[in-house]
Amino acid sequence: MSDLLFARSQMALSLAFHIIFAAIGIGLPVLMVLAEGMYLRTRRPVYLELAKRWSRGSAILFAVGAVSGTVLSFELGLLWPSFMAKAGGIIGMPFSLEGFAFFTEAIFLGVFLFGWNKLPPLWHWLSGVLVAVGGISSGIFVVTANAWMNAPTGFKIVGGKMTDVDPIAAMLNPASMHEVLHMTLAALIATGFAVAAVHAFLLLHDRRNQFHRTALGLALILACVCTPIQIWSGDLSARTVARIQPAKLAALEADYRTQTGAPILLGGIPNDDARTVRYAIPIPHGLSFLSTHDFNAKVVGLEEFPRSDWPNVRLVHWSFQLMVFCGLILLALSIYAGWFWWKHRSLPDRTWFLRGIVAAGPLSFLAIELGWFVTELGRQPWIVYGVMRTEEAVTPMRWLVVPFTIFTIVYLFLAFMVVYLLCREFLKTAPAELQRSVT
Amino acid sequence: MLAFVVSIFLLAALIFYVTAGGADFGGGVWDLLAIGPRATQQRAAITKAIGPIWEADHVWLILVVVILFTAFPIAFGAMMTALHIPITLMLIGIILRGAGFIFRKYDSKASEVQRRWSALFGAASFFTPLVQGVTLGALSSEEIRVVDGKVTTGFFAGWLTPFACVSGLLVLTVCAFLAATYLTADPAGEPEVRNDFRRRAIWSGSILPAIVLLLLLAAQNGAPQFVQRMASWPAMAVGIGIAAFTVVALVSLTMRRFAIARAAAIAEVTLILIGWGWAQYPNLITPDVTIQNSSAPAATLRLLLIALIIGAIVLFPSLAFLYYIFKDKGSRPVKAGPE
Repeated sequence: MSDLLFARSQMALSLAFHIIFAAIGIGLPVLMVLAEGMYLRTRRPVYLELAKRWSRGSAILFAVGAVSGTVLSFELGLLWPSFMAKAGGIIGMPFSLEGFAFFTEAIFLGVFLFGWNKLPPLWHWLSGVLVAVGGISSGIFVVTANAWMNAPTGFKIVGGKMTDVDPIAAMLNPASMHEVLHMTLAALIATGFAVAAVHAFLLLHDRRNQFHRTALGLALILACVCTPIQIWSGDLSARTVARIQPAKLAALEADYRTQTGAPILLGGIPNDDARTVRYAIPIPHGLSFLSTHDFNAKVVGLEEFPRSDWPNVRLVHWSFQLMVFCGLILLALSIYAGWFWWKHRSLPDRTWFLRGIVAAGPLSFLAIELGWFVTELGRQPWIVYGVMRTEEAVTPMRWLVVPFTIFTIVYLFLAFMVVYLLCREFLKTAPAELQRSVT
Repeated sequence: MLAFVVSIFLLAALIFYVTAGGADFGGGVWDLLAIGPRATQQRAAITKAIGPIWEADHVWLILVVVILFTAFPIAFGAMMTALHIPITLMLIGIILRGAGFIFRKYDSKASEVQRRWSALFGAASFFTPLVQGVTLGALSSEEIRVVDGKVTTGFFAGWLTPFACVSGLLVLTVCAFLAATYLTADPAGEPEVRNDFRRRAIWSGSILPAIVLLLLLAAQNGAPQFVQRMASWPAMAVGIGIAAFTVVALVSLTMRRFAIARAAAIAEVTLILIGWGWAQYPNLITPDVTIQNSSAPAATLRLLLIALIIGAIVLFPSLAFLYYIFKDKGSRPVKAGPE
């Protein structure tokens, strides 16, 4: 493997690792605030216990998220120094704002986690709200920076240098809106399903446990409300990408030829040399409809772009379709849960459904990872779409296999420990007095 | 002018990082060095003191980095290239410190498990400020050369020099001294444990001036421009200030006037960093990369400055609130919470 590939692998590894904790850092405060808010309204102790349990879990996750985020902010320069030297003045802005947002989150998280007995209840809840606001806004700012890499605006290029810089215009680039929406919802959904999965798993063994029933209910509300909106936002994303990054859309759909009334290809093995996709199931006119909402629209294929500008079609196509597939499963579960609640006014607790929710936890995080593969791999070979190639940005540092190996080992160790400690924390049953205190 | 103002903010963020986040590393150093009959109590006091605040304190470093790459992107690119190795080491230290600390708290309380995480937390807390100091020192060493934004001196220049090594030692000692002084000032602490930290603060505080002098000595050969800047009257004034606050800190530690000692220690360290900033000015990487020749466009600097001011207005009351709850209200009895 070349040093460029090791640099990309190290960045991908760090992002793939961090994004899990970042998503939880956005979603879990929302759940904690919901639970504590319910406690303040109803005074049922089960809600307070839930808020405390979740906040214990969040302490571990946030610590790992904070350190892995630090690593990333340095890796931008360690691995891509030329990119940062040129673009730092443009995308530094959202990162600076993110710095403050994250600061707010960290400060009030300290207050929230350690202040249960030191603050009046309402103040404690408000500090939780600030954690959630800080988490959501830091996510928004970071995604804005990524959106700029996909749709660079707010500067001119004169003699190879970026001039006439307008950082605000850069933040409000055409990709920001749909990326921010999609990622924020994804974080809420994934956290919702992950928490729901833990409690659904425990309910499978102890169906009448009120503690876990309440927890599952709260988590499902968050996940199931956001999922249909996410499907809509995914449609918005697809149409925006079709407009501003046609080569990326073509790779997502493994669409080699420019055609009107283009079919959508389910699955299949794309072959770049033959420019065909074998074993795919075509749905006539599907792609034209999805990318423009017009069944007969013309969709630009990869053939319009030089081969050197193509991303890795196979990986991008498979990641994209698998992500959509995960999303549709989550949507089905959400619709069923909504229908069940509407019909029976009670928590859906059929065994198959609880098993489905247990699977939905990992599936929703898988969808997040796949979505990032799509947006990052789909942007290649560019680090700044159409402006700077990834190979121009990489550090001249050699032996990148060494840091890559070290970080891989460190992240594996962290992942193992986090899972182990969370299991210790959450697979304990709830305090007996809470199990039947709510009916 | 804009670039200069932003660089002041950058130095300020660095000062906050060292006096807050640095002290958390120092806590880890004393955790590693916890000995004697009260070692367990010492560790408990450290855990209690840094538990609620270390993540917020750590964000100062993120702020330093984002200000650096937003306002001085060319300098950032060059630093991350030339100092790739020590910075990677620092990152690993940061990960392991955080992980060791949080895992120790949530893992089994069995003594061999606790000992393992303590060792990780302590060793990483010892190692990280050391490499951070080495990295800062390398910037003044004049060995890292940059032409047209590209580093021409490879990946080993600067950070293996005696000057950089002494810088590392200085930062480590600063962290340890601050931590011991802060721990002494915790009104809820057990008197005997506080006394342990008092002695540690006096030791480390006494070594500190010696290391500062050693640094100046190493700078004679290792960082000539740095020395030149030190030979001016503002630098002299800072030097006298450092000496004065060192004496105040040590005397008040001896006399058990802990609040004064804490304030004096913070002032001393702040002045050391201001002195460093003065000696380094206007260079970011001496001698090729300066504040002026590596800065972002004015539009970015202006916007960043506005963000920094608004951010500071939000940040400082929030931080004051955090510290108020856990430091000054810490003496009140607390029921067993979820922590």
